[in-house]
Amino acid sequence: MSPRKRGKGLVRPYVVTEGRAHPTRNTFDLVTLVIASTDLPLTGLNPEKRRLMELCRGGALSVAEIAGHLALPVSVTKVLLADLVDSGHVTTRAPIPPAQRHDARILEELLDGLRSLS
Amino acid sequence: MDSVPSPDPVYLSDTVTRAVKIVITGHFGVGKTTLVNTLSEIRPLHTEEVMTQAGEGIDDLTGTQGKTTTTVAMDFGRLTVSDSLVLYLFGAPGQERFMPLWKDMTQGALGALVLADTRWLDRSFPVMDLLEERGLAYAVAVNHFADSPDVPEEEIREALDLLPETPLVVCDARDRASAFRALIALVQYLLTRTTVQEAV
Repeated sequence: MSPRKRGKGLVRPYVVTEGRAHPTRNTFDLVTLVIASTDLPLTGLNPEKRRLMELCRGGALSVAEIAGHLALPVSVTKVLLADLVDSGHVTTRAPIPPAQRHDARILEELLDGLRSLS
Repeated sequence: MDSVPSPDPVYLSDTVTRAVKIVITGHFGVGKTTLVNTLSEIRPLHTEEVMTQAGEGIDDLTGTQGKTTTTVAMDFGRLTVSDSLVLYLFGAPGQERFMPLWKDMTQGALGALVLADTRWLDRSFPVMDLLEERGLAYAVAVNHFADSPDVPEEEIREALDLLPETPLVVCDARDRASAFRALIALVQYLLTRTTVQEAV
C-alpha cells in the first residue's frame, strides 16, 4: 500500500476528467475569474463538477482558488471548467489582456492599492 | 465610500472584474510561503500537480532517472487592491524541474519578487536565471533571519550580480509592513520600467 496521502480526492485525476489530460478549450489562466450560473440544474454532472459548481455558486473565484479549495490539480480543474463553460454552467472573465498588462494605469492602481493596505 | 464587508471572505467581491498576478520565488526554505501568508487576505491556498513524462513541455528529466512522476506544489494568496482589481501572489520554488508550473505562474505575471538569504546568496542564481529567460522583471528582497549575517547592500548586489536598476530591499517575511514594503518596491520598479519604455 502506498503511504502517500492523496488529499481529499479519492479517485485518480484521469477518472475525474473522464480520461482527458487537456481541456476542450485552452483559455484558462491561473487568475481567470470564474462565475457560476445559478439557474442551470446540476443533474447529470459528475461528482467533481457538482462540487465545483457548489463551491462557485457562492461567488467569484480564480481558477487557482478553485483548484486549491477542491484539492484538485490545476490541470484537472481546467478540464472540468472547460466542460462547464461548454455546457453553460460557468462563465469566465479573462485576466488583463497582454496589451494592458504593462499599462502604467494598472500598475498605478496596484501601487495605490498596496500603499493604502500597508 | 465605505465598502460593504464581503458576506464570505473566501469569495471575491462582486465588483472585482480584473485580476493580475505576481510571482514570489526563491530557493527552498527562503520564506516564500511565509511571505504569501503574511500578505494574503485569505487563508493561503495550496495546490499540487503531479508531473509525468506525458506532461507538456518536459523534455529534460536529467537527475530524475527512475522517477516517472514528481509532485510539485505551490502556495498562493490574494489581495483585493481596489474595488475592481485583485492581485494574486503565487509562491513557488524555481528549480528547473518545476518548469510546467513556472509556465502557469509566470505567463502573464506582472513581475516577480525574489527572496534571498544572505547565508546562501548563490542559491538564488537558478531562480534569477529562470526569470531572466522568461523576460520577467524582478526585485530582490533579502529575508532577514535571526542568524543571517548583515551584509552591506553593495556586497549583496555584487554577489547576486544585480543590474544597477534592480531594486534590493531587506525584509522580514513575517512582518506585514515589511512584506508590503518589499512588494511596493517591486511594483514601483515595474511602473518605472513602463514609463521608461513609453518614453522610448
